[in-house]
Order: sequence, then structure tokens, then C-alpha cells
Amino acid sequence: MNTTDPYAGERLQESPFHPRLQALNIRNAWASWNGYKFAEYYYDAEYEYFCVRNSCGTYDISPMQKYEISGPDAEAMLNRMVTRDVAKIKLNRVAYCVWCTDEGRMIDDGTIFKLSSDKFMLTCGSPCSAWLEKSVFGFDGVKVADVTDNLAALSVQGPTSCAVLKNMGLIGIDAAKRFDIMRFPFHGDTLMVSRTGFTGDLGYELWIRPALALELWDELYAAGADYGIQPYGEVATNMARLEAAFIMPAMEFNEALRTVHFEHDQTPFELNLGWLVDFDKPHFSGRSALLREKKRGSQYALTKLDIEGNKPAEGSYIYKNKRCTRKIGYVTSAMWSPAVKANIALAMIRTEHLQGQLWAEIYYEKELRQYSRVARCTRKEKPFWAPARARVTPPPDY
Amino acid sequence: MKRYDSIIIGAGHNGLVCAAYLARSGQRLVVLEASETAGGLGASREFHPGFHVSVAHTINHFSRKIASDLKLASYGFEASPKLLPTVGLSVDTKHVVLHQDAISGTSARDSESYHDYARLMMRFAGLLRPFWLKTMPRIGNNSLAELMTFAHAGLNLRRLGKNDMREFLRVVSLPARDLMDEYFDSEPLKALLSWDGLVGSKLAPRSPNGAVLTMLYRMSGESKGAHVIPTGGVKSLIESLMTSAATAGAEIRSSAEVDRILIEGGGAGLVARGVRLIDGETIEADRVISAIDPQRTFLDLVGVEVLDIGFTNRIRRLRCDGYVAKLHLALNGLPEFDGLGRPDGRMIIAPDMDAIEYAFDDAKYGECPQNPVMEIVLPSVHDASVAPTGRHVLSAHVMYVPYRMKGGWTNAARDLICERAIDTIARYAPRIREHIEHRELLTPMDLEQIFRVTGGHWHHTEFAMDQLLMMRPTYEAAQYRTPIPGLFLCGAGCHPGGGLMGGAGHNAAVEILR
Ligand SMILES: Cc1cc2nc3c(=O)[nH]c(=O)nc-3n(C[C@H](O)[C@H](O)[C@H](O)COP(=O)(O)OP(=O)(O)OC[C@H]3O[C@@H](n4cnc5c(N)ncnc54)[C@H](O)[C@@H]3O)c2cc1C
Repeated sequence: MNTTDPYAGERLQESPFHPRLQALNIRNAWASWNGYKFAEYYYDAEYEYFCVRNSCGTYDISPMQKYEISGPDAEAMLNRMVTRDVAKIKLNRVAYCVWCTDEGRMIDDGTIFKLSSDKFMLTCGSPCSAWLEKSVFGFDGVKVADVTDNLAALSVQGPTSCAVLKNMGLIGIDAAKRFDIMRFPFHGDTLMVSRTGFTGDLGYELWIRPALALELWDELYAAGADYGIQPYGEVATNMARLEAAFIMPAMEFNEALRTVHFEHDQTPFELNLGWLVDFDKPHFSGRSALLREKKRGSQYALTKLDIEGNKPAEGSYIYKNKRCTRKIGYVTSAMWSPAVKANIALAMIRTEHLQGQLWAEIYYEKELRQYSRVARCTRKEKPFWAPARARVTPPPDY
Repeated sequence: MKRYDSIIIGAGHNGLVCAAYLARSGQRLVVLEASETAGGLGASREFHPGFHVSVAHTINHFSRKIASDLKLASYGFEASPKLLPTVGLSVDTKHVVLHQDAISGTSARDSESYHDYARLMMRFAGLLRPFWLKTMPRIGNNSLAELMTFAHAGLNLRRLGKNDMREFLRVVSLPARDLMDEYFDSEPLKALLSWDGLVGSKLAPRSPNGAVLTMLYRMSGESKGAHVIPTGGVKSLIESLMTSAATAGAEIRSSAEVDRILIEGGGAGLVARGVRLIDGETIEADRVISAIDPQRTFLDLVGVEVLDIGFTNRIRRLRCDGYVAKLHLALNGLPEFDGLGRPDGRMIIAPDMDAIEYAFDDAKYGECPQNPVMEIVLPSVHDASVAPTGRHVLSAHVMYVPYRMKGGWTNAARDLICERAIDTIARYAPRIREHIEHRELLTPMDLEQIFRVTGGHWHHTEFAMDQLLMMRPTYEAAQYRTPIPGLFLCGAGCHPGGGLMGGAGHNAAVEILR
């Protein structure tokens, strides 16, 4: 690197996998995530999406924020911070969690890995150290370390993902149940594999010391050559997660600590995450506010919609009537789903109107001209995409 | 096991006021005090054989309503004692004396201005008076009663008339220095009049937003801000409160230090159900009322695990560093102050506004002031029982002495500030050293340890805009209730604040009995 670079401190950091990502990023379509250079797509987003759904894709999640939380009271500290009961997470298991402000507004979501009885890893999309510093205060023996830069992480997702890992020599990986953690020797070090992901399909996440990132990549790609392994970027991730009805920050929810306008953030109940809120726990941050909301009912509900026609309802308002005079909600994410072959969307709808008719006013463009159409929406209870193989152990072989 | 309606932690005057009200309403309750004696910062303590003193050495705004509700006069608390003159000591012996609305030792112009100044300040103090003995409204979602508190203040503000109203809004956030410069020429007079706006706070004459409000708070009582030492001393206030509470049926236990507030949790959430003492004894009650400071209450006795993270952070960030040290001298005779008759007043050593400011500057950076400023009384002049016959006690509030001393508090550092304080007194009472039998200097850190008050802070936590009214100690705990059902606060860290006033104990009792 040029030592006289005046912008040295501002340039995007490169992930431990960067040399390989760089070579494969034919389109040079880079974006950034938490200060890391990060691919929007490599060659063609749709193509990458189809790889994830039909064979297997890899997604660099090294920029995800990772914190190691350790000490005798680590469990108590996390238990007070997140809404779920951390005591119920078994050793070598992962749990999806959310954490809230005192007012019960969602700060972020993420996963907690139970690495030993007094050591956990918390991962999340945005930096969380300030909140962790506040959360750990008073738990004298607990240490919080930001290990983001000490751990390279690669998500391997899709129907052939298990076969690829087996082929790579990870014997026994097919025995891992959803949210299990397994460890394998790797070049004198340890490769941690969790059966987790953000696509709603069969998939794993691999965690390794950055110095071994390229060896891991090369062995994985060698093993995956016959299984259609391909890197995928942000765009394909977003398509897959929407089919799985997973929420995305800055789409479905606005992180509470970065929300300026009153109640422009969300609560777990509004986001359909009530199942993560464990009132059997006598206390966690935001509990009283959430209990009040539970008793009183929520203002909004995140709703899965199947919409007439094929025009994605991006940015649409939802109305109570076809004439579009009673606005009752707004679409947060929308797309034509190739896997489901449906026009799908997630929308925040005022709970008191959930049972009635739902109409989306869709705007779309055809060669610079704007058109609009009003389409009937049908509520869906289940995620749009939830194949059995995502849950089955051992997963079907390919 | 006995079961109580209420447990009160801490037998400071606020804990005792609250106890007396609750006991009078029929509650079965116990007050648990860690020390051997009740009274907290108002407790009388033997600091040298035969010599007694309390940290708080004068009273200036103890509520008359509370005294009469609790019949304190019949239990030995003198209702209208003699007002102490306040004396601004001057090395040239031209002392400024303020006594019963009259000043002497300054120019005619200053005396004249003083009347304008006093009139205005009394009007403003009257405007704020309704606030001190009321629960502050919550922010947002107010009940009718809460709105009335606001309405009442608004009405009072209107009643002031347009000119005074505008003046109030202008003056209330002025630094003490600007207010004094506006009215007076005499530096000792300015220093003397600002004293009650500054003492006990992290404020100096040039600091904005606080001094005037503190002054008005201290003028809320019947004595219009003048100080008194009742015939039986400050301890007669504590003793009468104890008798009042005990007569109404309250149990008061000393040497009973609470180690933990017991919080029980189930599906319905948390609730305070009692306390555990350091010797392991547990005591149960329907509610626990903490008369100790908010940081200790929440961070030490409750524990963060049962508190929300944002709330914990606000409690942790409360500003609690004290800046007042106590100097106690056991004297073998009555000291003579040059140019002053019997030293029966409240003497201020602060030659001018800058002297106060410089002393604060040192302390701000964790150093002892080169030239400390202070307030002195001789309690033994008013209550002979505090010292052996013919002997005397000198009690001084020495400012500004930092809680966080650079390099930490050592004996050497303590001796240094003690010597500086005595040297300072010797400028006005040159033979003072000949009288000293024993000296004791308590730094804010010593006060913290002896009296179990975070930071050794006068008001338990800073009396300042960000921690006042519906923000005291912080929102979600500013109406004596706390986020934990069954746990209440009633000490100086609550609205209205510290000083021997009784407001917090009274207001909490009203809230609990509502
Ligand atoms: C240096 C100094 C000088 C002052 N001078 C004056 C003055 O001249 N005039 C004036 O009006 N005010 C003065 N004040 C302020 C006044 O003394 C206080 O604001 C007032 O005493 C506070 O009363 P309180 O009842 O709220 O609490 P405190 O008086 O602090 O009482 C709290 C009680 O709780 C007890 N306690 C603490 N922890 C526990 C526990 N875990 N278990 C059981 N008990 C516990 C303590 O031992 C103490 O007795 C002064 C303050 C200071 C620091």
C-alpha cells in the first residue's frame, strides 16, 4: 500500500476472502458494509440467486459484527439484554435473538452462539459496542471483546451445501441439526461450522481465523466444483431472505437507537417476533414496555402478502379499499419470487385492519413512463419459501 | 417472621419524615439504619471525647408544614428559633453582616440595592414554593392532578405581573456573578449573597444555570433563606423526628445495614418484597422505601440485572461528586475573630467572587484549593451540650474540595487541606491555633465512607437542571416510584433535593399513601 495515501484511513477494509472475491467480481459491483468492501453481486444477481436455490452459493459475512462475551455472568448479562431466554440455549447451539430499548423498541437482531458455559458469541448486522458497553455495566466479571476482525466468516447456502462440506472432508457435518455448532480440525486450527443462514434454505456458516481464510475458500471451492458452487452478493441475499420472510434492517425495521422520529422504530411484536419475547423470564431490558404492548395490542403487524399480477409492489401503500382512500399500511420489501412464482411482499399494516381487504397501489415504469395499478393482496401465514430440507437431519444428499 | 407494610432504608431525616407520615397513617413499618445512630448527615457524632457535631450544621428551610403535621414542637424541636446573622468576614475587619433583612458594613447604595434584590428574590422564591412539596408531573401522559401542578406554576408566573415574570425568566438561569454584579459593588457582599447558591453544588460564580435556582430552593422555608440553629441543635430535629415516628408506631433499628433489596420475579414481572441485612437476616414487607442515594439504591442494593439498560445507564451517569469537606475543631475556649463580637453567626470566608472561582478552578482539576473558601459556625455557642463546659466546637463547610483528588486521597493530602483551612481561618481569628485540642477534616470521600452517601454529595446527587424536578434523579424514578413495583425512593436524591428540608420524605409518603 502507498504509505502517502491521504485517504488511507477512509478506504474500505478488505475481507480476509478478498483476493478470491476480487477475482470473481467480474462486474466490480462493490458496496460497503460496516466499513468493509462488500459485493452487491459478482456477475449477475439473478444467476446467483438461482445458485442459492438450486445448487449452492457462498456469501462473505466477515463484515458482520461479532462480539465475544465471556465470564461467569456472561449468560446473566445477555439474558438481561435480549428478550429470549439465553439460559435455554444449549452448549454448541445458536439462537436468533433481538434486543430492545427500555421502551421495547428494537435495537437490532442477531444470533447468540453458546461456545461454552461462560462464553458466547453475539453476531449482528450493525456495530453494537456502545449498547454492549451499557449492557455489561454492573456485571463485573464479564468481558466483551469485538472479534469482528479476528474471525473470517463465510455463509454456504443451498441444497448442495451439505454435500459440498462433506466432500471437503467435514465428516459428520450431516448430523448437525439446525442451529447446531460443530468444530473440525483445519490446518492445525479449528474450523467452526454452524447450521445457520439467512436464506431460509439448507445452509451453513463457516468461522475461521483470518489467516486461514484463503485455504478454506480454496478447499471449499475445490470440493464444490461439481456441486455448482458460486459466490453471491447482497442482491441475491435480499431476494432469498424475502422469500423466507426474514426481516432486514433499514427495510422492515429501523434500528431504535438510530431512529429520530417518535415510534418510527418497531417492536418485536410488530415484526412478528413475539415468539422471541420470553415473559417467563422475570426481567429483561424492555420487558415492562413489551408486556404493556402485549396486553394493549400492537399498532402494526408485519404481514406476508401475495399480490395479484407480477408488478413488484415496491414502496407501495396498502389501502383498505380498492379506491385507495383509506391508507392502512406500507410495503417494506417486495419482489417477483422466481422460486415461488408469486408476487410477494412484506408490509407493515395497522393491526385493526388486518382482517379486512388489502389493496396495494403499485407504481411501475415502462420505458420512462409511469403507470399505476391497484392490486388485491392476500395475507399469507407461512414464509413464502420453506423447503423441508432446511429442517431435515441429515439433509437429503445430492 | 414479622411482616411489615413498609421497610425504610436509612434513618436520615428524609427516611424519618417518611416513616413518621406512614406510621401516622397506620402502617406497620421499620426503619433500618446502618449506623449506630440515626440522622444521616444531620446526625450528631462525637468527633473527640466530649465534642459533638453534625455534618449539616444549620437549618434554613425545614418545612414548617412537616414540623406541624408531625408535631415536632411537642417533641422538642424549636419551631421559630433565632435567625443567625450571616457575616462576610473581612481581613480589614470591616465585616459585612446580613441580619433580618438589613445589611451593614457596605455602602448605602448596596444597602438600598439589597432591598430591591431581596424583594425580587422573595417573589421568585414564592413562585417556586408550591413545587417543593409536590410530586412533579411525569413527562407526557399527565393525569389531571399532574397538569394542575403545571397550571399552578403558570398561574403564579402570571400573577407576578409582566415585568417580574420577564425578570424571572431572565434571572433564573444567570450565573451568580452576573446577578451580583448587576446589583452590588461590595465584593464581600456579593460573595456572601452567592454562597447559598453555590455551597454543596459543583458550581462557582461564573457557572451558568444553577446558582439562582439553588438559592431560591433554599429560600423556600419560612425563614426566607436565613439560617438557624435550634436551641437543641440540629440533633433536636433528628430526635423530634425519631420520637414522632416512634410514637406513631414506627420501629427504628440502628446498626442494621441493608445489603440487598430483595426483588422477586415471576411471570407477572418483578416486585420488591423485602431486604437482606449484611448479617444475612431477611425482612419482608409489602414495599421497600429507600432513603439512601439513588446510585447506591439501584447499583448496589438492587443490582443491574433487574433494571433496564437505559435506566441503569442514567443512574450510573448521575453526577454525584461532592465538593464540600467538613472541618471540625475541638477548641479549649471561644475563639476571637478580629473586629467581631461573639461569634454567634454564620461566618463566610470568601473575600470576593474571584476567590470562590479560583478555589473551584483548583478543585475542578482534582486539586486542593490554594485558598479555600468556607462557611463557619460554632454550634457550641448555641447549644452548650455539644462540648465540655467552657470548650467549643468549630464546624466549617470547606469548598471546594474534590471527591476525586488527583493521585487519590492520602493522609498527606488530607492534612494539607486541613492546614490550609486552618491557616485561612487564622487570618480572621489569629489565635485560633492556640485553642485547638483536636482537628478533623472529612473529605467528600470520607463523608462517603462514614455516612454512606455516594460522592459525599450534599444533595446525594447534583442539584442541577438536568437532575431536577421531573428529572430527579432521572425520569422513570422521579415520582418516588421506581421501575420496580414496590420499590420507592424518598431521600435527598429525589425531588425536591437535599438539605435539611424534609420535602422528599414528605412527598414520597404522600405518593405511597395515594
Ligand atoms: C458536607 C455537608 C454539609 C452539609 N451541611 C448542611 C447544612 O448545614 N444544612 C443543611 O440543611 N443541609 C446540609 N447538608 C445537606 C444535608 O445534610 C443532606 O442533604 C441531608 O442530610 C440528606 O438527608 P437524607 O435523609 O436524604 O439522607 P442522609 O442524611 O444521607 O441519610 C441517609 C441515611 O441512610 C443510611 N444508609 C445508607 N446506606 C444504608 C444501608 N445500606 N442500610 C441502612 N442504612 C443506610 C445512612 O447511614 C444515613 O443515615 C450538608 C451536606 C454535606 C455533605
